[in-house]
Amino acid sequence: MENPAFVHHALVLSLVLFALGTLGVFLRRNVITVLMCVELMLNGVNLAFIAFSRAAGTLDGQVLVFFVMVVAAAEAAVGLAIVIALHRHRDTLDIDAFNVMKG
Amino acid sequence: MMDAAVFYAFAALAVLSALVVIAQRNPFYSAFALIVTLCSLSVIFALLGSPFIAVLQVIVYAGAIMVLFLFVIMLLNVRREDAGKGGARTMGGIATGLVVLLVLEAGTVLLRLQPGPAPGFDASTRKMAQVLFSPQFLYVFEATSILILAALVGAVALAKKEP
Amino acid sequence: MSGPLLEELIIVFLKVALVIGALLGLFALMTWIERRALAFMQFRLGPNRTGPIGILQPIADGIKLFFKEEVMPAAANKWAFLAAPVVAVTTALLAIAVVPYGPPFTAFGRQLQLQVADLEVGLLFIFAVNALGVYGTVLAGWAANNKYALLGGLRSSAQMFSYELALGLSWVGVIMRAGSFRIGDIVESQAGSVLSWNVVVQFPAFLVYFVAATAEVARIPFDLPEGETELVAGFHTEYSSMRFALMQMAEYINMITVSVLATHLFLGGWHSGIPGVPSSGLYGFTWFGLKVGFILFVFIWLRGTLPRFRYDQLMHFGWKVLIPVAAVWTFVAAAVVTLNPR
Repeated sequence: MENPAFVHHALVLSLVLFALGTLGVFLRRNVITVLMCVELMLNGVNLAFIAFSRAAGTLDGQVLVFFVMVVAAAEAAVGLAIVIALHRHRDTLDIDAFNVMKG
Repeated sequence: MMDAAVFYAFAALAVLSALVVIAQRNPFYSAFALIVTLCSLSVIFALLGSPFIAVLQVIVYAGAIMVLFLFVIMLLNVRREDAGKGGARTMGGIATGLVVLLVLEAGTVLLRLQPGPAPGFDASTRKMAQVLFSPQFLYVFEATSILILAALVGAVALAKKEP
Repeated sequence: MSGPLLEELIIVFLKVALVIGALLGLFALMTWIERRALAFMQFRLGPNRTGPIGILQPIADGIKLFFKEEVMPAAANKWAFLAAPVVAVTTALLAIAVVPYGPPFTAFGRQLQLQVADLEVGLLFIFAVNALGVYGTVLAGWAANNKYALLGGLRSSAQMFSYELALGLSWVGVIMRAGSFRIGDIVESQAGSVLSWNVVVQFPAFLVYFVAATAEVARIPFDLPEGETELVAGFHTEYSSMRFALMQMAEYINMITVSVLATHLFLGGWHSGIPGVPSSGLYGFTWFGLKVGFILFVFIWLRGTLPRFRYDQLMHFGWKVLIPVAAVWTFVAAAVVTLNPR
C-alpha cells in the first residue's frame, strides 16, 4: 500500500476528530454524551498513533493503541457505573446539577 | 486510486457522524452516530495497514463499549437534552474559540511535517503478538489485565443497588 | 479503469451475487426443511399441500409476506424501526462473506478461491461482525415502543454478548493449533484422517462452541428472547410483512454461518477425513455441504427435543459454566501447543 498521502491525511482526520470531541466535552450538558465525546477524543488519538506507527515503521504505536483501547473500556465501564449511581441520587443527568462542591 | 476513494469516503463519514455525535440532542442518536464513527475509523485503520487493530476496534469499541453505553441509555431512559441557559452560552462560545485555536496551531505543525509510510511495514497479527509479548511490553500487558479486573469490581460495586 | 482491476471487480461481484443467491435459496429451503423435519419428529406431517411434498411452501410464504400490510406503531421511533432489520441482515451477510466454501481450485488459468474475501484475520472479522449483530436486536426491541419488545430486545442482546465470550474462547484452542486466524489455514491444519479433526482432538472446545453458538443464534433451548409462549414474539413483535421476513432471514443466515464455522473449525472443512478419498475441487465442496447439512439438521433436531431455558438459568450457564470450561480448555490447548512445537 504505497500511497504516501494517507499518513498525512489520517493525521489531519485525527486532529479533526479530537477537536470535535473536545468541543463536545465543553458544549454538551448530558453526562453520557460527555463520556461519548471523551471516547471520540480517544479515537482521534488512536488514529494518530496508528498513522505515526505506519510512518515510523515500528509496531510500538499499534501496541499503544491496544492499551488505549483496554484503558478506554475500563474507563467507560467505571464511568457509566458512576453515571448510574449519580442518576439514582439526583434523578437527572444534567452536568450543571452536580455542583455540590462548588464554592 | 481505489484506496484513495475508500479513504476519503470513510473519512468524510467519520467526520459527519462525529458532528452528529456532538450536535444531536438525543443521546440515543449520538450513540449510534458514534458507532458509525468507530466503524469508519476501523476501515481507515485497515487501510493504514493494521488489520488486527481494525478488527479489535470493532470488537472492543463498537461491539462492547457502545453496547454498554446503549444499555445505560436505555435503562436510565434518557430524554432529549434542553438548550442551555445564558451562562452556558458564553461557555460554549469560549470553548469553540479555544478549539478553533487548537486546530489552527496543530494544523500549522502538521503542514510543516509530511510523514510518509515507511517501507517494509508488517503489522500482521503474528508480528503484533511478538511485540506484545516481548519483554518490553509483557508487564504492561499483564498489568492491564489487573486493571480490567479492578474496573470490573469497581463498576459492580458502584452500580449495585443499596439493599 | 485498468484491465486487471476491472477483472478483479467483476470476479468479486460474481462471487457476491453467487453467495447471496445461494444463501437466500438455502434460507427458503431451510424454512421448509425445518417445518417438515420438526413435524415428523412430533408425529405429524407439516406442510404438504403446496406442491408435491409441500416444497413450494417457502414460495407461498414469501408471496403472503410480500402482500401483507406493513404496520408501524404510531409511537415507534421511525428511524430505529426501519434500521433494525437492515442492520440485522447486513451483519448476518457480512459474516458469511469471508468463509470459504471449498478448496481453492484453478480455472481459466488463475487460482480461484470459493470465498468472497480471504482475510488474514478472517476469524476475528467474523467475531467482530457477530458483535455488531447485537445492535439489530437492540434497535428492534427499543424502537417498537412496546414493553414486550423492549424486554425481548434487552434479554436477547444480553444473551448474545454473554455467550459471545464463550464462543470466542472456544476458538482460541483451534487457532493455536493452526497458528493463524485465516480460515483456510485452520482447515488445512485438520488435513489427514478423521482423527485429526478438531472435534476429536479438541472435543471440549467443540462442545463449548456448539452450545455457545446455539445461544448466539437464539435457537432452542436458548430462544427465550423470542419465546413464543412468553413474550408474544420478543423483540420482533411489532414487525410485519417484509421487515419480519428480513429479521427471520437474518436469524437463519446467522444459523447457517454458525454451522459453516463449525464445519471449518471443528469438522475438517472440505476434507473427506478418509485417507484416499479425494477432497479437492467439487469433492471438497460436496463433503463441506454434507457436513454443514448435518450440523443444520442437529440444530433442527435440538429444536424438536429440548425445552427452553429460563432466563436466569441461561445467564448462569453462560457465565458460570461455559466460560470457565472454555478458559480451562484454553490453558490445556496452550500447554499442548507449547510442548509440541511444530
